[in-house]
Amino acid sequence: MAGSYDRALSVFSPDGHVFQVEYALEAVKRGTCAVGVKGKSIAVLGCEKRSAVKLQDTRITPSKIGLVDQHVCLAFAGLNADARILIDKARVEAQSHRLTVEDPVTIEYITKYVAGVQQKYTQSGGVRPFGISTLIIGFDPKDDTPRLYQTEPSGIYSAWKANAIGRSSKTVREFLERNFKEEMDREETIKLTVKSLLEVVQTGAKNIEIAIMAPGKKVEYLEAEKIESYVKDIEAEKAAEAAKKKGGRGGASASAAGTSTPSGGVTGS
Amino acid sequence: MDVLLGIRGKDFVLIGTSKAFLHGITVVKDTDDKTRALNEHTLLAFSGEAGDTIQFAEFIQANTQLYTMRHSSDLPVSSVASFVRTELASSLRSRRSYAVNMLIGGYDTKKEQPQLYWLDYLASSAEIPYAAHGYAQYYCLSILDAHYKKGMGVEEVTGLMRDCHEELKRRMPIDFKGLLVKIVDKDGIRELEGF
Repeated sequence: MAGSYDRALSVFSPDGHVFQVEYALEAVKRGTCAVGVKGKSIAVLGCEKRSAVKLQDTRITPSKIGLVDQHVCLAFAGLNADARILIDKARVEAQSHRLTVEDPVTIEYITKYVAGVQQKYTQSGGVRPFGISTLIIGFDPKDDTPRLYQTEPSGIYSAWKANAIGRSSKTVREFLERNFKEEMDREETIKLTVKSLLEVVQTGAKNIEIAIMAPGKKVEYLEAEKIESYVKDIEAEKAAEAAKKKGGRGGASASAAGTSTPSGGVTGS
Repeated sequence: MDVLLGIRGKDFVLIGTSKAFLHGITVVKDTDDKTRALNEHTLLAFSGEAGDTIQFAEFIQANTQLYTMRHSSDLPVSSVASFVRTELASSLRSRRSYAVNMLIGGYDTKKEQPQLYWLDYLASSAEIPYAAHGYAQYYCLSILDAHYKKGMGVEEVTGLMRDCHEELKRRMPIDFKGLLVKIVDKDGIRELEGF
């Protein structure tokens, strides 16, 4: 199928593909979903948590959201073990940056660094690319503007208002495109994050993780009960909406009802 | 010539450092801060060879911070002191060693007790109730010996620090531009006004 153009990393296929990098993207697609959303002065990361087996100790099983520095938070989708290495490299760079220039890293700088490392692993011998995409949120030092960046195995990085990576990221991204508003406050931003994750997380609150960053504050991991209450609110809202639609089913609202079926469809499960 | 003073109280540590930044016999600055916060509950005060001091202190700071990020929990004070001592000991046996004297004051949030470590450039380390480096040792240790009691409160220890400050001002031939005093307790690190 791919001939022998996927044996060595640094070999192009005749039509210009580097297959190993594309396989890495495939690993990302199989990873659990992660969402990042920016509000007015807040940035939120949401993650789908893989459900634990009966005897697994979830309390000390590592999270998919990690801190790179006090003001930088990173979530990933893809191979967990690869992410550990990449996050550690980012942490060392963040401290090294502080040491040399006496300033914390900017979010763009650390994103560029992470993407740079990922790129290096697509062009070096004896290594394979990182099988992860990352979402990086945070606030630059002395700045209140929220930042959200994405990096990919190829080394591409990009800035976003809201984005999703990993399993069914397309569905979630489309949901975000439909529901994102500018200048959202804290509650709205968190709610949108949870709501977008519920598009693909069937098991509800217990499989969702949320990290919140605000300017000059430490990262805040939302407690399970809090997430649960958001999920309950959202489900109640959806039920109310569905009931309204059932009651007023007229010819005029048919097209409007059509567009919102994807969100309505998940409510039952 | 720099002054480093540390006193351990009931549930806090007080650390005072001279504000003069000296270059030979010249005072370059009178608002110098000879401390670095290593993490939320650990403060490092340093003196010694100019250049070495900040280089080493910030190296330690970066590494304790890295530990915090990697393990999502702070390194306890005793471990920080061990780490600093090890680094200093291996530096001592290298071609060019760091000449830095230090006090590490901190609050151990697990054991719920304050700790004060005295370390010198030969990499000796000791956990003690009160400590001083440089000329301050000659003037202040006697006062501390006489007046230190176990389990003193913030008011008492601040008073003791004031007494040391007065003695240094009266007896030391050089002007060290006063003390910058910081407190470390369960709520973190803060500067104390009025010195």
